Amino acid sequence: MKNDTTTQSRRTFLKATALTGGGMILGIHWLSGATTTPAASGLDLVKDTYVFNGHIKITSDNIIQIMSQNPEFGQNVKTSLPMIVAEELDADWKNVIVEQAPFDLKLYTRQFAGGSQSVKTTWKALRTAGATARQMLREATAQFWNVPLEEVTTKAGVLYHSKSEKSVTYGEMAAKAAEIPVPKDVKLKEIKDFNIVRSPRKNVEGINIVTGKPLFGLDYRQKDMLIAMVERPPAFGLKLKSYDAKAVLKMPGIKKVFTIQVFPEKYERQIFDTRTFNELVVVVGKTTWEVMNARKKLKVEWQPITTSIECVHTFSSERDETIPAGLESTDNHYLKMVERSAQPATELRKDGDPETAFKNAAQIIERTYTAPFLAHNMMEPINCFALVTDTEAFFAAPLQAPEYAEKTLATRLGLPLEKIEIQMTRMGGGFGRRAYAHYMVEAALISQQAKAPIKLIYTREDDMTYGIYRPSYTATYRAALDADKNLIAFHVKGGGVPEHPIAADRFPASAVDHYLAEGWEIPSNITIGAFRAPRSNFNAAAEQSFLDELAAAMGKDPIEFRLQLLQRAKDNPVGKHDNYDPDRYAGVLKLVREKSGWGKPENAQKSRGVAAYFCHNSYAAHVIDLTMKDGEPVVENVYSAIDCGIVINLDAATNMVEGAVIDGIGNAMYGALTLKDGIPQQNNFNQYRMIRHHEAPKKVDVHFVQNDIDPTGLGEPPFPPVFAALANALYKATGKRFYTQPFSAELERRQGD
Amino acid sequence: MAKFNLKINGETHRLDVDPTTPMLWVLRDHLNLQGTKYGCGVAACGACTVHLNGYAVRSCQLPVSTVKDQEITTIEGLSANGDHPVQQAWLEHDVAQCGYCQAGQIMNAVSLLKLNPNPTDEDIESAMSGNICRCATYLRIKAAIKTAAPK
Ligand code: FES
Ligand code: FES
Repeated sequence: MKNDTTTQSRRTFLKATALTGGGMILGIHWLSGATTTPAASGLDLVKDTYVFNGHIKITSDNIIQIMSQNPEFGQNVKTSLPMIVAEELDADWKNVIVEQAPFDLKLYTRQFAGGSQSVKTTWKALRTAGATARQMLREATAQFWNVPLEEVTTKAGVLYHSKSEKSVTYGEMAAKAAEIPVPKDVKLKEIKDFNIVRSPRKNVEGINIVTGKPLFGLDYRQKDMLIAMVERPPAFGLKLKSYDAKAVLKMPGIKKVFTIQVFPEKYERQIFDTRTFNELVVVVGKTTWEVMNARKKLKVEWQPITTSIECVHTFSSERDETIPAGLESTDNHYLKMVERSAQPATELRKDGDPETAFKNAAQIIERTYTAPFLAHNMMEPINCFALVTDTEAFFAAPLQAPEYAEKTLATRLGLPLEKIEIQMTRMGGGFGRRAYAHYMVEAALISQQAKAPIKLIYTREDDMTYGIYRPSYTATYRAALDADKNLIAFHVKGGGVPEHPIAADRFPASAVDHYLAEGWEIPSNITIGAFRAPRSNFNAAAEQSFLDELAAAMGKDPIEFRLQLLQRAKDNPVGKHDNYDPDRYAGVLKLVREKSGWGKPENAQKSRGVAAYFCHNSYAAHVIDLTMKDGEPVVENVYSAIDCGIVINLDAATNMVEGAVIDGIGNAMYGALTLKDGIPQQNNFNQYRMIRHHEAPKKVDVHFVQNDIDPTGLGEPPFPPVFAALANALYKATGKRFYTQPFSAELERRQGD
Repeated sequence: MAKFNLKINGETHRLDVDPTTPMLWVLRDHLNLQGTKYGCGVAACGACTVHLNGYAVRSCQLPVSTVKDQEITTIEGLSANGDHPVQQAWLEHDVAQCGYCQAGQIMNAVSLLKLNPNPTDEDIESAMSGNICRCATYLRIKAAIKTAAPK
C-alpha cells in the first residue's frame, strides 16, 4: 500500500493488540514513515513499542505515540484529542507523535465527525486512557525502585522519586509498566493543573499540509488501481432508461462501462443512507483525464421517475418518506412554501394560550424569513477507494461516519462486519456531507464488478449537483405586544422542502408566557443532508433577525432585550425548560457586549448588528461592524464570544471560530443552490459564489468564556448566529431589513428598484 | 499519445501521455505528485496552483503539450523540508484547517511575493482572491503572507 504514511490498518493493529492482550509487545514497527509531529521527523527506526491501551503506545526510546480516534476534517481533532490523552498521561508534548487510529469499535467509541461531538463524547474516555497509563508507569516504577507508590511523581514524561533523587523516563519504564494489570478507577487531574489542555498547540499535521503530503482520500493510491466515474441523470426526478457505450469503449485507457444499482428494491434505508440516484452508469479506466473525457461520449437516455415511498430508519424511529415524481424548480418551491405556510401545521410546542394573547394584543409584528438550498462544496470532491473481493472489502475514504457506513456496506455486499475494513483518510472538508456514504457503496459495487481496486472520483460538477443539500426553509415569526409594549406571546411557524427546521424548545421558549411553535413539510425529490449546524443555521438567522426587529419595536436595546428574556427563563421559566442554560446564554451576550464596546459613544456611528444562539451544547454571540462601499457591504470587525466549556487548544479553537464567522458571512451573502426543471443551476465555482479573500472581514476578534465546564463542542455553534448578526448590521447600514437569503441577491434586487 | 520531457522540481521526467492532459492530472496520476490538488477543473478555485517559470498558474488549465521546456515547480519542489519562508509562516500562524486548499494558497502566495515583495492588505486580497478556502482561513493566510513578506 503506497502513500499510507500516517494511518495504521486495522489488521496490523489487531495483530498487535491480540499479541499483547493489553500487555507488552516487542518489535512492532509502528512508526515506519509516520512524521506527524516535528518530534518525529528524523526518526526512521523504532525499536520496542509497548501498548498501554487503544490510545497510547510508548517506545523504549521514549516516543509517546497517541492514536487519534476520530475522523479529521479540519476541526483539528487529530491534535486536540491526543492533547487530552497527553495531559492525563503527563507526557512531554515534544515527544508525542500522533497517528490516525484505525476504525475499530472494539477499541474506541463513537468514531464520528459531526454534531460538534468529538471532544465532548471522548473527553472522559481519553482522560481516563491517559491517566491509566500514567498510573501503570508509576506503579511499575514504585516496584522497580522499591518505594511507596505515592512517592512516585511525574512531570513531562519523566518519573521522579524526590527523596532518593531518582528519575527515569517513560520510555525506560515502558516495558515494565505495560505488564502492570490495568488499574481501575484512576484519579484524573485537577483542572487547575492542566498544562497541555488549554494551551495553544500547533496542528500536528501542519508540516505535512504545507509540504503537500498525500493525506487526503483523493491522494490515496494502490498498485494497479483504476479510476471510476459515474454518470447519472442531469436532473432530480429522472432515472436511467438506456445507454450506449460504444464510443466510450473505443477511447484510450477505458476498461469497462457498466451499470450499478446502489440499493436493491425495497431496501430500508438507515440514517445516513441517503442517495439521490439509484442506478448509475459507470466508466472505468486507467487515468482520471481519460475517464473524464471518455465519459463525455456516453449516450444516455433518461426517463422520469414515478412517485415512490421509502422506509427510512432514523436514530430512534422509522418513517416512510415520499419521493414525488416531477421536475422541481426553486421558483415553484417558493410559491408552494407560501401556500403551504398559510395552511394548518403540526403543533410542536404550546405554552399558555397564544390564540387569546394574539387576539388581545395591542400590536402584532409578523415577519417571514426564507433561505435556499445550500451545497456543502467541500474543497475535496467526493471520492472513495475500494477493493472488494468475494470474501472481504477494503476502503480508504474521506468519511465522517464510518460506523454507519460499515453497516450499510456489510448489508449491501452481504459480508460480515469483520470483513469490512475502512481506513479513514484526512478529509478536505466535510461540513456534514461526508456522513452520507452512498459514494462508498458505489465504489464497492464498482470494484466488485470491475474485479479491481478502483478509486471513484466525483468531478466538482458531480459533487455540486448530486443533492444532499441543506434544505430550503421558510419561517414566519409573530410577536404580540400589549399596550405597554411588553412581549406577551410568541409564535413561530416554519417549514421547508423537504423538512421543517423548527426546534421548538429552544430560546425564546420558556421566556414568554404564551408560546406556539409549529412545523410543516413539502415532500421533494431533492435530497438533503446535515449541513454545518443543521436547521440551527436557518433558525438562528430568522429568529435572531426577528428579535432585533422586535427589540427596535419595543424601544429596547437588542442585547438588553435578550438578557431580560433570559432572566425570565431563569427565574420563572414557562413550560418545559431543559433545553438551554440561561446563564451561559446570557454569558456570551455579556462578553460580546463588553469586548465590542457595545453602546459606547465611540461606536455609536458604526453599523453594527448582534446575534446569539445556542445549539450543539454550546453558546455563541457575535457583533458585526460593517460599512457600505460602492453598494457592497464590507465587514470590518467581528467580535465573537463563545462558551464551549473548557477550550482544549486555544489557537485552533480561535481558527475554528474565525472560519465559522467567515463561512457564515459567505453563505448568508452568497450561498444558493437553485433549480430549474430539476437541474441545479450552479455546477461549479464559476457559478456558485463562495466567499473569497477580499470579502472576508478585516478582523475577527474571538473570546471564550472562561469556565471549568467539561467541553461542549465548537465546530457548529459559532456558525448559525453569524447570519443574523450580519442581517442586523445590514439593516443599520442600509435602513432595510433582510428577510431572504442570500443577501447579495436581495441587495441587487433593491438596487434595481 | 505523445512523448514529453518535462522539467518538474528540477528533474526531467519522460512520459507518454495524451497531449491534451492538463498538468494537474499529469502530476497527480502519472508522476504521483499529489500535493497539487483538484478543486474545480475550470480555473475557479486555485487548488491546483503550481509555478511555471517561477510564477503561479492553474495547472488544471495547462495542457501538457504547451509546457515544452518551461520549468514547473509544485508544492513538493518548493523547498526540501518545508523550510521556505512562506511555508514557515504558514506553520507559525497555524493556518490550515482541513488543509486541502493550502498547497494552492502557498504556491500563489510565493508567486505574489515574488512580484510584489511588500504587498498591502488590498494587494494580498486581490492577488489571493482566485484561491478559495472552504474552511475560510483567509485571515490567517493574510497574516502568514505578511509575516513571510520581509524574508
Ligand atoms: S482545480 Fe484548477 S483552479 Fe480549481
Ligand atoms: S483549509 Fe480547508 S479548504 Fe482551506
